[in-house]
Amino acid sequence: MFDYQFFIEVLVGGLLSGVMYSLVAIGFVLIYKTSGVLNFAQGAMLLFAALTFVSLVERGVPFWLALSATLVIMVVLGITVERTVLRPLVNQSPMTLFMATLGLSYIIEGAAQLLWGTQVHGLDLGIDDVPFEVGGVLISQFDLFAAAIAGTLVTTFALFFRYTRTGLAFRAVADDQFAALAVGLRLPRVWAAVWTAAGIVALVAGLLWGARLGVQFSLSLVVLKALPVLVLGGFDSVAGAIVGGLLIGAIEKLAEVYVGPLFGGGIVAWAAYVVALGFLLVRPSGLFGQKLVERV
Amino acid sequence: MRLSRSLRAAALAAAIAVGTVLPGHADEQFFPLQSYRVGPYAAGGTGFFGGFIDYLNLINIRDGGVNGVKLTWEEGETQYEVERGVEVYERLKSHTGVAAWNPLSVGIAYAMIDRITKDKVPLITVNHGRTDSTDGRVFPYVFPLLLNPYSETSGIVNYVASREGGADKLKGKKIVVLYHGSPYGKETIPIYKLLADKYGFSLEQIEVPHPGNEQQSQWLSIRRAKPDYVVLRGWGVMNPVALKTAQKVGFPVDHIIGNVWSNSEEDVIPAGDAAKGYVAITTQASGAEYPVLQEVIKTVYGAGKGNLEDKKRIGSVYHNLGIVNGILNVEAIRIAQQKFGKRTLTGDEVRWGFEHLQLDPARVEALGAKGLFHSINVTWDNHEGDGRVTFQQWEGTKWKVVSDWIAPDWAFLRPIIEKSAAAYAAEHNIKIRTSDDPPVSQ
Amino acid sequence: MTTAAHPVAGRRLTANHLGIAVLLTAAYGVIPFAGSDYLLDAVLTPFLALALAALGLNLLTGYAGQVSLGSAAFLAVGAYAAYNFNLRVHELPFLVSLVAAGRVAAAVGVGFGLPSLRLRGFYLAVSTLAAQFFVQWALTKFGWFSNDSPSGVIDAPPLAVAGITFSGAVGRYLFSLTVVVISTLLAIRLLRSQVGRNFIALRDNETAAKVIGVPLLRTKLLAFGVSSFIVGIAGVLWAFAYLRTVEPAGFNLDRSFGILFIIIIGGLASIRGAVLGAAFMVVFPLLLSRLGAALLGDIFNSGVLEMSQRIVIGALIIGLLIAEPRGLIALVDRLAEPILRRFSRPLSRSTQS
Repeated sequence: MFDYQFFIEVLVGGLLSGVMYSLVAIGFVLIYKTSGVLNFAQGAMLLFAALTFVSLVERGVPFWLALSATLVIMVVLGITVERTVLRPLVNQSPMTLFMATLGLSYIIEGAAQLLWGTQVHGLDLGIDDVPFEVGGVLISQFDLFAAAIAGTLVTTFALFFRYTRTGLAFRAVADDQFAALAVGLRLPRVWAAVWTAAGIVALVAGLLWGARLGVQFSLSLVVLKALPVLVLGGFDSVAGAIVGGLLIGAIEKLAEVYVGPLFGGGIVAWAAYVVALGFLLVRPSGLFGQKLVERV
Repeated sequence: MRLSRSLRAAALAAAIAVGTVLPGHADEQFFPLQSYRVGPYAAGGTGFFGGFIDYLNLINIRDGGVNGVKLTWEEGETQYEVERGVEVYERLKSHTGVAAWNPLSVGIAYAMIDRITKDKVPLITVNHGRTDSTDGRVFPYVFPLLLNPYSETSGIVNYVASREGGADKLKGKKIVVLYHGSPYGKETIPIYKLLADKYGFSLEQIEVPHPGNEQQSQWLSIRRAKPDYVVLRGWGVMNPVALKTAQKVGFPVDHIIGNVWSNSEEDVIPAGDAAKGYVAITTQASGAEYPVLQEVIKTVYGAGKGNLEDKKRIGSVYHNLGIVNGILNVEAIRIAQQKFGKRTLTGDEVRWGFEHLQLDPARVEALGAKGLFHSINVTWDNHEGDGRVTFQQWEGTKWKVVSDWIAPDWAFLRPIIEKSAAAYAAEHNIKIRTSDDPPVSQ
Repeated sequence: MTTAAHPVAGRRLTANHLGIAVLLTAAYGVIPFAGSDYLLDAVLTPFLALALAALGLNLLTGYAGQVSLGSAAFLAVGAYAAYNFNLRVHELPFLVSLVAAGRVAAAVGVGFGLPSLRLRGFYLAVSTLAAQFFVQWALTKFGWFSNDSPSGVIDAPPLAVAGITFSGAVGRYLFSLTVVVISTLLAIRLLRSQVGRNFIALRDNETAAKVIGVPLLRTKLLAFGVSSFIVGIAGVLWAFAYLRTVEPAGFNLDRSFGILFIIIIGGLASIRGAVLGAAFMVVFPLLLSRLGAALLGDIFNSGVLEMSQRIVIGALIIGLLIAEPRGLIALVDRLAEPILRRFSRPLSRSTQS
């Protein structure tokens, strides 16, 4: 007898985790879309943000002050990275840029640990994580909260990019860099805006993931959860990151529970990649990715 | 030409390496430390190596060394990575008077077994390591002191039995083992099966893939299985996530029993309130109230030579493990000195010391460690030394011991260990030792 | 990328050939006698293994233009395959298991190369991560691969070829060196052939390559196969000549990135680049850490030094990419050109081999 209640429980849990994956994936998408950089330092930025925040709070700084201070630091970090690393590397191959962000992640991780130490920290955002039941299905309060935050963030970005001048410029750059340059858009300004946004995403994701995992070095590993989401959703689509995250979250959990036992369990690590790959073979640029047009 | 430039650079590196290794004083015993203060496991590394160094400092400052022989050490950072550990080994192995290697890393320890056996220097894997290296007949230089993974398993089951009111009460109970998806995590699968058959409890073993930052599906399965206990055989970030997720699915935290890599402050603090009530195994109690720790605080930290940056961590699980590890190393040297003389000993002589490392509760008390750890009784063929375990419960800010000193079922495990060791000996053409001296040269 | 059309140096005897001859003489004739155990065991042997792995990846990424983030998986396949051949087929000469292990790695590589038929760029790169995670999972999951060792860790058999056992630091070094030299020669031969030209055509413009009749499907899969073969052999060296014990966790994503670093830092589509990059990535951190410990060891603990090094290495990588995106080899060539020109006039700029 198939246990529907259990199935729904797993599905809901998966979707809620999926939101958390989306959150990390969006950081990647913002930067990739405008500058073609797969920013692997996103994980390190996330760690840096969470560690800075938690260290400030532990030193007695009030919550909101710490949050604002970290926000400022992340914005400064984002702009500095854009200035010192990416601008000199403009027009280099995507691989070179990717490697540069790997080097960047060394710097940020090293600096984070040098500044704040290697201790692990608990992070309490003041949300109880006592589950409640809806029709026999357990739902985590914290996960709902995280989903709400992520949803708000994404909506804000969506509105920002649709209705502000910077947002318009962002879309223009994403569409066609040369055309954007030709009509007189200042690319560096757009990039600075994007890196700022990525810094903010890193902060939010860092706090939410930090509350789930504790703030420690392995926080930077959550980027690995975002990569299959990117493949599935397309590297350059915000909508793809959201839908892809939800799909990956749900499929991963369902696969572990229902398919996993056939292999002896523990398949989560690669199941997401296999699903994403299978999908790509049908649609090579992801769910919402831009189609590549080839001309001879 | 390009290569030769880098070769010259390498030669320079080697020269610098040699340059930092100072020629020994009159009498010194050297500890090469493959420490890890950076990377994912830095918190454990700073605690353990901090405690170890603190104790060595205590012996130097208070006693002027072991019978006048100074203890020295040098650290090489490994980040818990095997090849860095090997590099440090190759770099420091030729230092004079190497007493023993203490990597506190399963992977590095494995990579060193062949090397230290050839170089005839003891390898100490306190609390962890390769189970069959307990058999000193086959592994003359490897010492999984106090506890190996099989004893740990048996200790945990014995504790559950004591909570249920006796081994006979285990019948019909259900235990889930949630293990890390790595060789380390899987090592005890057959032992749990054996013990389940022996005591008649039902068993389910569930894997969490590395690194373990998502466990929703595993815990939903656990919720469905409704076990009486969950044993957490975790690692790193997997531990706090397990505790948090347990709370999410409503599993009572005081029925989760952590193993020896899931028993530190670092494993519970990130889980916040979800960890309150969690119970974990340990070979050494935490806290700073023991005389030896008080002396460390007074003598070492008082002199400004303490190794921990954060004094609040004195008496934490890893710090105390480092202290106990220091006691075991120093006492082994002391015992070996009684036989070979009060001078710098060779690795092989220190090995003899470890093989006669017998500290009964009275001696442990004399060392100021009563209550910190129970006792040890290493012999030439039993390199674990029958360490006892105790269980501690997390109270939100510190651990509290909640059990007696529990003895694992060594007699039950010994034949399994001997069988595995014999297979290793056959595969490697090792002649099995039949007496304590001298070990058969390879 | 104008240099790319001539992947291999001219046939003339150039300063390059002389350099290589000097190098080989030193590698075989001087280092085994002059080098300390530490230099051989902890520096040169891992350097050789990584240089070979980088060469393998360079064939795929540098020459054929297919990015892979899963090299460590093929290292692991090579290591475990060699172990199992050695264990399960009695009296099998080690060289045979070595080559067989390479072939297994090649087969697995072709399997994971299949998505390349549909995917490009980062989509392909990320999909190769599937190999990374799947292989690690499979090796941990199925005890058979590690002969049901309770801990999943395997011990290396001795390196014996034709009755000679390569034991000791010198023996292992010479064995690795020989394997690397032979593999490199074979790789150069391959690159000079039609296959090598197909690789480059594929990389430079896939559509154009198709138009001029390069069999895309075969070329892509061949690139994955050959590359994985070499990486698999490098895995055997890494596991058996260097660490002499293997656990699946050692072949993680960091290792894959490390190999990718080597070829990007050293210089894409250059065999000398792979060697130079490996030297940089193996030796430089050691040098930095020794220097740091010697100069500042009394002031800071090893953790602080290590984190500072991480920052320095990260900054250096970025600096290097900015200064010379084509890698160390381009930098060295640029610096060496005025000197070399004095000795050999015909040397052209396009000596990428």
